[in-house]
Amino acid sequence: MQPLAQIIAQHPVFSGISAASLQLISGCARNVCIDPGQFLLRHGEPAHTLYLLRHGHVVLEIAAAGRGTLAVQTLGPGELVGLSWLLPPYQWSYDVRALELVRAVQIDADCLRRKSEADHDFGYDMMKRFMPVLVQRLQATRLQLLDVYGTGR
Amino acid sequence: MAPAAEFPVSQTAPEPLLPRVVCVHRRRRDAPRVWTLELQTAGEPQPPFAAGQFNMLTAFGVGEVPISFSGDPAAPQRLVHTVRAVGAVSEALVRLEAGAPLGVRGPYGKGWPLEAADGRDVLLVAGGLGLAPLRPALYQLLAQRERHGRITLLYGTRSPRDILFRRELAAWGTRGDLALEVTVDHATTPWQGHVGVVTALIAHARFDPQRTLALLCGPEIMMRFTAEALCAAGVAPEAIHLSMERSMKCGVGTCGHCQFGGFLLCRDGPVLPYALLRAPLRVREL
Repeated sequence: MQPLAQIIAQHPVFSGISAASLQLISGCARNVCIDPGQFLLRHGEPAHTLYLLRHGHVVLEIAAAGRGTLAVQTLGPGELVGLSWLLPPYQWSYDVRALELVRAVQIDADCLRRKSEADHDFGYDMMKRFMPVLVQRLQATRLQLLDVYGTGR
Repeated sequence: MAPAAEFPVSQTAPEPLLPRVVCVHRRRRDAPRVWTLELQTAGEPQPPFAAGQFNMLTAFGVGEVPISFSGDPAAPQRLVHTVRAVGAVSEALVRLEAGAPLGVRGPYGKGWPLEAADGRDVLLVAGGLGLAPLRPALYQLLAQRERHGRITLLYGTRSPRDILFRRELAAWGTRGDLALEVTVDHATTPWQGHVGVVTALIAHARFDPQRTLALLCGPEIMMRFTAEALCAAGVAPEAIHLSMERSMKCGVGTCGHCQFGGFLLCRDGPVLPYALLRAPLRVREL
C-alpha cells in the first residue's frame, strides 16, 4: 500500500508540493472508501472536510421541491470535492453523493485552516492550489448559465 | 416502410445554384425539435460528399437553409440531414412527411481534414446538434480504424433528453476502440452520467497532444472554450479544426452573406483550423 503522503503528492491539486507542506497536509488526512449512494457531504451541514478523489465519481446535487433532485456537476478521479470550508460560514451548499464505489483522501478542513493560519506561507500555497479549482468551476458554471446548446446549431 | 415517393420534378443539377428535387424517405425525431431526414432521389446518382460538408435544403414556398450532412459518406445515395426546427424554413423541413418533396443543392464547402488523421489520435468534441456534422467523420474514422491512434468522442448537450443518436451512442459506447464520454449541463435523478460542461471532459480524455487531430462542432462559444482548453493541454492550434456557422445563402462564395473576417465560410469553410480562426473569433463585431 502506498503511504498517504505519496498518494496526496500524486493528486493533481498538490502537484509539486514541498515535503514540509506535504507533511502538514498528511497530518490532517486519511484514506476513505465510500459506498455507492452514500453521501460525502450534506447541504447545510458544517463544512469540516474536503476530499481528493482517487477512484469513482460523485455527483453534486440539490433537492428542489416539485422538481426532484437536480444534478449540478459530476466529479471524478483527480478532482477535489468540497470548497465551502475555505470561507465563512463554512457550510455545504450542495449534497454530494457517490455514484459508485469511491476511494478518496479525506482531509480535515479545520486542521488545514488552523495550519494555514499558523503558517501563512503554507496557507498562501494552499490558497494558490485551491483558487484555480474555484476559477475553473466558476468558468464552467458561467458556460452552463449561458445555456449554449439552447439555440443555434 | 415509407410510401413510394412521387417526384414532381426530376432533374439533375447542371447549375450550382439550381436545386435537385428529392423526397423525404423517412423522418425520425432525435430530440425535442430535432429531426433526422433521410432523403430519396429519383434514381439519378447523387454527388459524393465529404464529412463536414453541407447541402442547401429548400422547403418549397418557404426558403432555403444550409444543413450539414449527418449520414455516412460511404453511402452518398442515402442523403441524411439532421435539422433543428429554429426558424420558418427548418420548421417547414421537419414537418415534411414521407414522400414530400424538397430541394437539395450541394454539397458545398470544405469538410473535416480526415486525411490528416492517419497515424494520429483523433479527438472529436461535439456540443448539442454539433454531433450531427461530426457523425460522418466518425463513420469514416471507424471504417478505417486501423489507420488511427486513439479515437475519442466527447459529447456535451443540454439535458439527457437532448442527446442525439442514442442508439448509435450506445453501440459506440460498447466498442473497445472508441472512447466515448457524454455530459449534460443539467440533469435530474435517473441520469447517472456526467453533469458539467464538455470542456471538463478534456482533462480526463486520453490523447497525445503532440499527435492529436481535434475536430470541434457545436455552438461557437463552446468551440472557443474547447479550443482554448485543448491549446492549454498542448494541442497545436493548427491541429484543432472548428466547423463554423454563419448565414450561408448562395453556398458558392458569391453573395458574401457568410463572410467571417477574411473567409467566406460556405467556400473556405465551414471547417477551418483554429490557427486561422483564433483572431477573428475574438472580434466582437464578427
